[in-house]
Amino acid sequence: MSSAANPSLETSPQLLLQLAAITKKFGPLIANDAIDLDVHKGEIVALLGENGAGKTTLMNILFGHYVADGGTVMVAGADGILAPLEPGAPQAALDAGIGMVHQHFTLAENLSGLDNIVLGTEPIFRLRRDRTGARAKLTKLMAGSGLNVDLDQPVHKLTVGEKQRVEILKALYRDARLLVLDEPTAVLTPQEADSLFATLRQLAATGLSVIIIAHKLAEVLAVSHRIAVLRGGKKVGEMATDQADRRSIAELMVGRDVPVSRRSERVPGKPVIGLRDVTIDRGDARRSLHGVNLMAREGEILGIAGVSGNGQAALAQLIAGLDQPDVGSVEIFGEKVTKFDAHQFAQNGIARIPEDRHHDGMVGSMTVAENIAIEDVRSRDYQKFGFLDFEAIRKRAEHAIVDYDVRCPGPDAPARLLSGGNIQKLILARVLEKSPKLILANQPSRGLDVGAQSEVHRRLLEARECGAAVVLISEDLDELLTLSDQIAVIHAGHVSAAIAAHDINRSELGLMMAGQKKGDTDFGPDNFESSTKPREKADENAPRSGDPA
Amino acid sequence: MIRFEPRTNPPAIMVYGVPVMAAIIAILLAAIPLALAGAPIIKAYGLMISGAFGSMFSISEMLTRATPLILTGLAAAIAFRAKLWNIGAEGQLYMGAMAAVAIGSGVIDGPSYIMIPVVLIAGALAGAVMLIGPTLLKTRLGVDEVVTTLLLNFIVILFVQMMLEGALKDPMSMGWPQSEPVIDSAVLPPLIERMRVHLGLVIALICAVALAIFVKRTVWGFEIRAVGENAAAAKFSGISVTKTMVLVAMLSGGLAGLAGVSEVAGTRGYLATDLSPGYGYAGIVVAMLARLSPIGVIISALFVASVFVGADSMSRAIGVSSYLADLIVAMALLCVLIGGFLTRFKVHFERQKSAG
Repeated sequence: MSSAANPSLETSPQLLLQLAAITKKFGPLIANDAIDLDVHKGEIVALLGENGAGKTTLMNILFGHYVADGGTVMVAGADGILAPLEPGAPQAALDAGIGMVHQHFTLAENLSGLDNIVLGTEPIFRLRRDRTGARAKLTKLMAGSGLNVDLDQPVHKLTVGEKQRVEILKALYRDARLLVLDEPTAVLTPQEADSLFATLRQLAATGLSVIIIAHKLAEVLAVSHRIAVLRGGKKVGEMATDQADRRSIAELMVGRDVPVSRRSERVPGKPVIGLRDVTIDRGDARRSLHGVNLMAREGEILGIAGVSGNGQAALAQLIAGLDQPDVGSVEIFGEKVTKFDAHQFAQNGIARIPEDRHHDGMVGSMTVAENIAIEDVRSRDYQKFGFLDFEAIRKRAEHAIVDYDVRCPGPDAPARLLSGGNIQKLILARVLEKSPKLILANQPSRGLDVGAQSEVHRRLLEARECGAAVVLISEDLDELLTLSDQIAVIHAGHVSAAIAAHDINRSELGLMMAGQKKGDTDFGPDNFESSTKPREKADENAPRSGDPA
Repeated sequence: MIRFEPRTNPPAIMVYGVPVMAAIIAILLAAIPLALAGAPIIKAYGLMISGAFGSMFSISEMLTRATPLILTGLAAAIAFRAKLWNIGAEGQLYMGAMAAVAIGSGVIDGPSYIMIPVVLIAGALAGAVMLIGPTLLKTRLGVDEVVTTLLLNFIVILFVQMMLEGALKDPMSMGWPQSEPVIDSAVLPPLIERMRVHLGLVIALICAVALAIFVKRTVWGFEIRAVGENAAAAKFSGISVTKTMVLVAMLSGGLAGLAGVSEVAGTRGYLATDLSPGYGYAGIVVAMLARLSPIGVIISALFVASVFVGADSMSRAIGVSSYLADLIVAMALLCVLIGGFLTRFKVHFERQKSAG
């Protein structure tokens, strides 16, 4: 994956986009500090950097969402001559042929792919819709790029990968010459990602320029021609991809050595949590489970792999005490759970790290201290006769800020001022302080920068050392493979048998995540003492087969 | 072109200064309709001020008017804090008033130190009960409480009318639909002799201080704030959203009920369907002007009351419609909303370049 075929940069270095000395300040914060970036025709440039490095600000300036305090944006016109782009005008960017695919898609779910693509390009008032021209153009685009989608399906019926293709087609339909993709692989299976990369390569060969915003190194090395690294608002490095090496880029991004998480061998202890034939039917695939069996033991990290929206939410709700099974039972600490109650779960030593840390993990207007104590305010330690003991709450926060390195103005600062990584540290401080015996970590490092990510991993491994069982739900295979002792795959509400992590073949895992039926079940012995039922039966009902990679 | 950038940390002077500025601007803006009506503007302002503060009597009138506004303002503030949009304070007020006359007009009798707490509790409970239904419908079935509480107002007022024509009708009222008077031992005594301002004001002030402490310093207040600001996170952390909402409903409905008791047992003495000139709705404005702060509610209720009393007296003196008071209050609310927006966002004016 390392050696990328170099495009003919030397022969036709036609400059398409030139960002020169772009500077943007938000109050005292310098989000972009004199950043230069050139993009040539037919080139794929990866813009790498931790969260807060200034990638998004830079792209927002390019698109006219922000006006730069200094510097110029020049775009080549059809004649190849660079002309300045009007600042602060998204329409000008669109007219100049710049297209953006956001990480969170901007599609109307109830409209068809075709409608979504054409939306906004047609006059508002017209008696008759004529889409034959649009359809012909799209058919040609799809044939040329390999971006095949059923244009007449309503978007909500499409897979995530297909939705992304609609987004790319939307940009191409508007004659984009420069495509900007923000974290494009965050929601894809490895196979879907590979297919996307192949497409991007093909498009680049036809002259399309691409900027990929990313923080996963491996992908960037696989697809790009050139890498630009941002850190703290400055461009700290730029190199041709075939001359880049992984470790040095990581250090450029973080600005220091990245500690590598290592898992020590450890013999797991007694079962901590066990699900038996748990079925939850909420009428919606994201929130349903079908006959799930799984178990995690003391000192063991059980990874749950899967593409987002396959029932992870239901599993997490269950273990967090926010939902209960319709059928089947849950055993925690050797006792059958009869009352599913988030407060009880938290008080009984179950650490719960929510998937969406902004939405479920903190109350933005409340202080850092209050957010750290939120699970425990009813306990004797933090209240007397119903009156809050602010002294105790504050003291705990002060310790947590030091121990967990939560960067914030202080315990009394509103939590909304914290960055994503610091919010996650705050949540870790909240739940890990009580030496939990069971940890539910749902996408614990999603969207975090390398530094915060390795901190989260270190904490989880430390808890494992102390004998906690960890259920780690993640879409990041690297994370799962580094941390997990066992990995099970969730697809359409069905959970496969857990496989010992060292026996796992990455591409096989990818196929299972895409719902591929595992024909000859040779993925290791079933390690559930409690249940010996064949789980393949469940897989037969799995809908859609894998993505055509 | 105008652009808005969010402020991360608005300065304290803006947070506290904006409502004050809004009130001042609203009063200044009142000069426009006054001028349109052909009134002498300076004189009109002078009359408004003396109407609200010019004498012991006018201050007493102003405080009498502020009393129910503080209570309904608190009712709205605590409910809105938890994002329970209680628009039904008017109905809860009438239910509180009706409970007070039902118990306080002769069914039982006793010394004042028993009768006054009894009618207060009865009124608060009646108001609280009115809000529990809509709250459970909201938390259990997702029914919009704006609709249910608003519509309940009309049901309650018709119900009160029915009772005043029937079971609660005063046989001595010469046919007027009004209740028997509240007996002397249950009447909230006036604070100053021969003035209308009564014990209800003290009760309202105590409620405001108690509510401020409750919200800020207790576990329940903590949970209310958490649920109001981010119900999903509160639920995830183990706070019962339904229980918290019901608690808020009891407090909010109870406070609105107390406003009814205060009016019926303090100001009016008997119940009629014109007991409240929209105090329940005005409470929403009071709470918004106060930015949902219980202590702020006292100040904004005093402001709204003095605008009403002052404009009333001014309109009588120079013959301008007293609807001017509504206009000022409405403009103050608009100014606060705009001010709130300016507190949260920084506005940049940029010259638009000619499109290329």
